[in-house]
Amino acid sequence: MDTLALKRTANEIRKGIVTSVHSAKSGHPGGSLSVAELLTYLYFEEMNIDPKDPDKEDRDRFVLSKGHVAPALYSTLAQRGFFPVEDLTTLRHVGSYLQGHPDMKNIPGVDMSSGSLGQGVSTAVGMALSAKLDNSSYRVYTLLGDGEIQEGQVWEASMFAGSRNLDNLTVIVDNNGLQIDGKIEDVCSPYPIADKFKAFNFNVIEIDAHDFEQIADAFKKARETKGMPTAIIAKSIKGKGVSFMENEAGWHGTAPNDEQYAQAMADLDKIGESLK
Amino acid sequence: MADVKKIATRESYGNALTELAKEYPNLVVLDADLAAATKTSIFKKEYPERHIDCGIAECNMVGIAAGLAATGKIPFVSSFAMFVAGRAFEQVRNSVGYPKLNVKIGATHAGISVGEDGATHQCCEDIALMRAVPGMVVINPSDDVEAKAAVRAAVEYKGPVYLRFGRLAVPVINDKPDYKFELGKGVVLREGKDVTLIATGLEVSETLDAAEKLAADGIDAKVINIHTIKPLDEDLVVAAAKETGKVVTIEEHSVIGGLGSAVCDCLCEKAPTKVLKIGINDVYGESGPAVELIKKYGLDSEGIYAKVKEFMK
Repeated sequence: MDTLALKRTANEIRKGIVTSVHSAKSGHPGGSLSVAELLTYLYFEEMNIDPKDPDKEDRDRFVLSKGHVAPALYSTLAQRGFFPVEDLTTLRHVGSYLQGHPDMKNIPGVDMSSGSLGQGVSTAVGMALSAKLDNSSYRVYTLLGDGEIQEGQVWEASMFAGSRNLDNLTVIVDNNGLQIDGKIEDVCSPYPIADKFKAFNFNVIEIDAHDFEQIADAFKKARETKGMPTAIIAKSIKGKGVSFMENEAGWHGTAPNDEQYAQAMADLDKIGESLK
Repeated sequence: MADVKKIATRESYGNALTELAKEYPNLVVLDADLAAATKTSIFKKEYPERHIDCGIAECNMVGIAAGLAATGKIPFVSSFAMFVAGRAFEQVRNSVGYPKLNVKIGATHAGISVGEDGATHQCCEDIALMRAVPGMVVINPSDDVEAKAAVRAAVEYKGPVYLRFGRLAVPVINDKPDYKFELGKGVVLREGKDVTLIATGLEVSETLDAAEKLAADGIDAKVINIHTIKPLDEDLVVAAAKETGKVVTIEEHSVIGGLGSAVCDCLCEKAPTKVLKIGINDVYGESGPAVELIKKYGLDSEGIYAKVKEFMK
């Protein structure tokens, strides 16, 4: 897929995010919108996956450790053909398989249930270890929030991954700078993030989370790095693509009303027009 | 009782894992720097490449086990009950229980029989915590024979299982040629018509001794061993309650949420019966030799005998 096509796909994924959260009348649009390019690249370029055979044994695995951005993962999986895009509007509805946080039991393409922060990364480490034990070549990717890394379990998992040289593991930190209570550095600063992962024996790459060339290059470097896991610190804009949601902590976990939804879709349509 | 063979069920755990390893190539063992104490060191000696020491990080260890299970392994996570059921409770609930992953939790050093380490390490709330996790199987074996059989049953069962083991060497009471372990089935060890004594774990042996003492006083007690606390053998419990009219539960665990609560939950709905719960009475333990603590907290055969006598008045 060329860069323009990737950009178009990311924009469609963003539409799915705001549409599903609007339909649910709850959910987390801000951090979902900030990871659209990362998920687009993972599911359309990077990972060995097959929507027709979501459980194939040698597939690459993805764990959404920041499980609250399930709308972004679901929208990506739907765009990739794991399930119908129309189902996105059932998000968080009673009886829907699209639970508020990822549920591996019932959602095609979801490799691990997650949502309680700090836990997903450990399960990804377990998968990476499993591949090493079996001499399997699949790779494991996990996406964390920059607020999430305040959880101590993230560093337990990182210490283990670094000490075990899990070079088949790539940890991505969505560094949008905001959490529920405000700026991450005001709440409880995790900075310097890159130095922390370096200290845990990670290969660290810092990129712009919305730049496909930098994303592609980072994943390539991660694949080529032997003997240590990679951490990609991806500087992003929370709420990216929807003008009034950008860089606003208030849009961490709030759904747009009808009027706001219409404006959000207009913003994204405009971006879509520019990508023709 | 001097000639009775005594083995700690943690030892049985280490031995059973080692025995099952050949049969189940996907079985892997995780520990958190306690291999010498949990006895997974026995497994480690034979299968070092399948023993993963996660360091002192139990929450991460449970998550790693979830990832291993999601990719086809049968992981046993091992630590003290306090740390794996207590500290890592939420990881067990959300990373293992909710996705119903095939993770086995081998919790050793449960209850006050931890002994000298004292209250911080004497977990008497683990059964309550694990029972509350939807879909979790909870097993508390009574001796070496049952503990080894329980580990096998856990491997054969697909889904999360909590296995409770002790530090203290306890008498072997199930070494009979016809012994059979059935997940979820209680075992009648003694028939009796006056009262039913339902025990679990190391209290089964103490309860059998107490029943002998009661018999000498003319009280004919039925004794049931409940090794699987969840799912509880409700049919057996209800039938025994109807038969004897009185029930006593005995466990080395808090009277809140453990075997006693499980039996009461069942009987209050299906056969309301007067129940006496013998266990740790909502207090923390303390340091001391295990045998002395068991006596002090009224969980030896003498203590059980005295409480049942009072209950039968």
